[in-house]
Amino acid sequence: MQLGRVVGTVVLNNRNEALEGVKLLLVQPMSSAREPIGRVIVAADTVGAGTGEDVFFVRGKEASFPFYPTEVPADAGIVGIVDHWHIG
Amino acid sequence: MILAKVVGTVVATRKDPRLVSSKLLIARPMDPKGKPEGHYLVAIDTVDAGFGETVLIVSGSSARMAAGLKDCPVDAAIVGIVDEIEIAD
Repeated sequence: MQLGRVVGTVVLNNRNEALEGVKLLLVQPMSSAREPIGRVIVAADTVGAGTGEDVFFVRGKEASFPFYPTEVPADAGIVGIVDHWHIG
Repeated sequence: MILAKVVGTVVATRKDPRLVSSKLLIARPMDPKGKPEGHYLVAIDTVDAGFGETVLIVSGSSARMAAGLKDCPVDAAIVGIVDEIEIAD
């Protein structure tokens, strides 16, 4: 899993039916120094995160597990909202 | 998932039987502000996207979970046409 910050939302009306009802957020992955690293990704949200919040997310097929047994075509998913974190 | 812009199509007569009648599009990944980034990729279209549209692409084994792609040999699928992107400054 990786830390990131929610930086926005994506709205789609014409979507694959397996993706119906899934909330999609833009997530900027973050380094340990809280700096943005890498590309902004679109992640499925199952925990009710909002713009500006720090979250942790999974990549790959595991991103669809929170929706089990429904099969959702998601390769990135927010699985937790970070209250606070520190290193060392 | 990533955002991308549809920039072309692929026509293939010989292909895996499970890909027959699927539409293949060439997409250019982009950031939320529209700046192109990364390499072009070929993706299966499941939502009838068209040239120039901004789309949502799911990659890897998750692409097979899109409706209509069960057991298809694909690793990228277009699963939505983006209407609006809201990004915090």
